[in-house]
Amino acid sequence: MPAIFPGRAVKPNRRRIRPARATLHAFLIAMVALWLFPLFWAIYSSLRPISDTIQHGYVSWPSSLSLINYQTVWTQAQMPYFYLNTLVIVIPGVILTLLLASMVAFCCTQFSWRFNLIVLMLFTAGNLLPPQVIIIPLYWIYLNTPIAVLGSIDIGKFSFALFSDNTLLYDQYIGIILIHVVFQTGFATFVLSNYMKTITKEITESALVDGANVLRIWWSVVLPLCRPALAAMATLLFTFMYNDFFWALILLKSGDKRPITSALNNLAGEFFVNNNLIAAGALLACIPPIIIYILLQRHFVAGLTLGSTKG
Amino acid sequence: MFTGYTLFWPAFSHNLIWLAWLTFIATPLGMFLAVLLDREMRGTRIYQSVFFLPVVLSLVVVGFIWELQYAPTDGFINNAFGLVKSGKLIDWLGNPHINLYAILGAASWRHIGYIMILYLAGLKSVDPSLREAARVDGATEVQTFFRVVLPVMAPINVIIVVVTAIEALRAFDIAFIINQGKNGLELLSILITNNSISEASLVGFGSAIAVILLLISLVPIVLFLSRTMKTLA
Repeated sequence: MPAIFPGRAVKPNRRRIRPARATLHAFLIAMVALWLFPLFWAIYSSLRPISDTIQHGYVSWPSSLSLINYQTVWTQAQMPYFYLNTLVIVIPGVILTLLLASMVAFCCTQFSWRFNLIVLMLFTAGNLLPPQVIIIPLYWIYLNTPIAVLGSIDIGKFSFALFSDNTLLYDQYIGIILIHVVFQTGFATFVLSNYMKTITKEITESALVDGANVLRIWWSVVLPLCRPALAAMATLLFTFMYNDFFWALILLKSGDKRPITSALNNLAGEFFVNNNLIAAGALLACIPPIIIYILLQRHFVAGLTLGSTKG
Repeated sequence: MFTGYTLFWPAFSHNLIWLAWLTFIATPLGMFLAVLLDREMRGTRIYQSVFFLPVVLSLVVVGFIWELQYAPTDGFINNAFGLVKSGKLIDWLGNPHINLYAILGAASWRHIGYIMILYLAGLKSVDPSLREAARVDGATEVQTFFRVVLPVMAPINVIIVVVTAIEALRAFDIAFIINQGKNGLELLSILITNNSISEASLVGFGSAIAVILLLISLVPIVLFLSRTMKTLA
């Protein structure tokens, strides 16, 4: 047989598995269709001009498709500006969090320290709390902590205050960045320490013997070794901070400093007077995380599993 | 507050309903999908990517996407099933008896993908020789799962339970987006926010509710920490 049909190996169980496999695939494909449908519906609604939906209703074949909703949202609702706000908040947030978390993780895993365990526990517990539990004292702190007013970086309409416009942390970019860093450092430390445990202490000790001080070991030896974990955490942190809604809702007052998620909430009442515009706005807002997800999915999943299962 | 504040017990019960839904419906579905996808077959990565996709969306975006489905006159569900034309439209988001469940559907869309990924990672760490041994002994797949795999994954199961509980207690964003947390969508977290920020004079009230939320949250947190301490120490 194999000589006559050279490409076909004999597979003994093929008949038995096939129907079950086919059912499995059918079920999964049905689930996938169900899963993607709300997203697809949003895309579909956003591509239909409002005149079309008024005439034919929402559940109807389109008479025309256009990007006019996206145009309206982009130009009239000032979406680019809110994107900028989000970037200003998220990028420093991610960098700072990774720097601080890797420092703590480095100390806790590479050096024997009496408080190792307690510190890690504390950090992890902090991240697990619902943010609403701490919002009241936080709000008070933000309204009462004096912060230096050292001027600001002004580029056109955009103004980034160093470090405050109104001598408070409240309603400042710095305030939001700070709470993000604080809140996510716990989780980031936990994940990075899980990863750094795999770095043997011999490496650190030999670097110490060579005369490097701790800071140098951290920067030149350990951080490069942690690149996969750092990439994973950067992806995760970017998504968490980008998608955050609560902190910006409570700790920002002026509309022009809002990141895109809370801006979307506000715009829903004022600018987006119909469902098509809402759909277009929501989809515009969720494009960056989706792009990051598609490109860096590996890192995403790696970060989550490092942090949640004991690896 | 327990007797006088009329919104407290409804909010508390809504949180409990949220927890019960996540625990008994959403998380098992996530685990089920993970079990289904934990095998050598074509397209498993694509399936995983699709199911996990809602997790990377902001809850605000999720809320808006599902509003398009649930809207009384313009939403998909009411129109697709002809409920608008026949005049029997269901007010998914306005009716205080069913809007919580409508929101839970939207939240599950996201939660199931999250649980699936966590559980998949755990399943991959199960020693394959255990499954081989079970198969040699003649166990069916269902038996293998419940008698062999599940007990071995006890630490992962604890994590899943803790994550579910914490997500249930954290529920805030979707309910707030939909209708600011009134009229059947009250949750403890929303009560805290409304009491302390909007009407600043009731800060004491908000703090009291926050303390209660803290105490409830400590239960899964302590569980998580004790499990982590066992493996770390």
